[in-house]
Amino acid sequence: MVRLEQYDEHERAHLLGLPCPRFPDTPYVTGVNPQRARVAIVSTAGLHRRSDRPFGLGEAGYRVLPAEVDPADLLMSHVSTNFDRTGYQMDINLVLPLDRLRELAARGTIGSVADFHYSFMGATEPGPMEQPARSLAAILKGDRVDCILLVPV
Amino acid sequence: MSFPLGRPLGNPNDPEFQCDVIRWALNLLTEPEGPVLADYPHDAEDADAPPALPACPVDFSPRRQLNETETLFHRLHTEFSSMHTWYTVARARTGRTAAGISGLDFDEIIELYRDFISDNHPGLERFAPHLPDTLRLAAEDLKSCYFEALSSQPDQPTDAASLSNWFWENTYAAAAINEVRKKCLDYTTKEMQLAGNLLLVPRNQLHRFTP
Repeated sequence: MVRLEQYDEHERAHLLGLPCPRFPDTPYVTGVNPQRARVAIVSTAGLHRRSDRPFGLGEAGYRVLPAEVDPADLLMSHVSTNFDRTGYQMDINLVLPLDRLRELAARGTIGSVADFHYSFMGATEPGPMEQPARSLAAILKGDRVDCILLVPV
Repeated sequence: MSFPLGRPLGNPNDPEFQCDVIRWALNLLTEPEGPVLADYPHDAEDADAPPALPACPVDFSPRRQLNETETLFHRLHTEFSSMHTWYTVARARTGRTAAGISGLDFDEIIELYRDFISDNHPGLERFAPHLPDTLRLAAEDLKSCYFEALSSQPDQPTDAASLSNWFWENTYAAAAINEVRKKCLDYTTKEMQLAGNLLLVPRNQLHRFTP
């Protein structure tokens, strides 16, 4: 996250003006023990492989990122121009920390790394993303994933 | 903590820091009650440091006001050639590039921009169905080239603010993107208006192009 005071006035006003939905209940469940968890990454960086279609304005779907994906095969087509991309250009792990998950698995901090990871594009309204997210949840269960690392961009 | 937007794991090329961020997040799973909102206790490197202007061997003396498209593209060509040689160094060193989302090579991008700004419609025909999106993706490719080029030069800053300020304040590539932005606003279609208003120049850099 970024501290609001580090934005200029215009950007701060824009962020403060974004709608913040209220939810009628809190469907909270206790999480799994990380040391036994099979972890997948879900990023909102608008990442995809070069062979995939780029993300377009308002797109609610996702792209699959196989665990063995070559970082040189990854692109970012997020429509927003208002965030830093230089970090991602220097180190893909800033937005897709696959190397970090492998290291944590090797140390026993997590149980294992999922076979597939995913990217949405964060500049989309949440409503249209519900159906793709539900569809993806079913796929994650099929991959025996019980822990998701959400990487917001 | 404070991480720049676009750097959710904090610091590039800092595996221990990144692992620690993930460990902190995963440990929230063991909280017995929720929802849980916790602050990571460390800031990203340089989060509070004032931005520095990269020292670049390319001539980035203050960008002159340009009125003629041809003058702009002449200077862009010179600038781009100098940056591209560093870009090839970066690509060879890292084995990857973030450029390539537009499907155009850099010469085609510059030609597309020149055609668009100068209303050379025959040159734009092949992009017609997806022109607004192609203009946006081309801008991202051009920026990737410049930022990766700069990253290959010794002793350059790596923080987001310094790099962004350098590009938008100094380069003719940024000036060309801004000319494209202005041209988009001459069109009446929703897609072009969106591109011109939101998708080409960051909100916090627009002030550099307003009198």
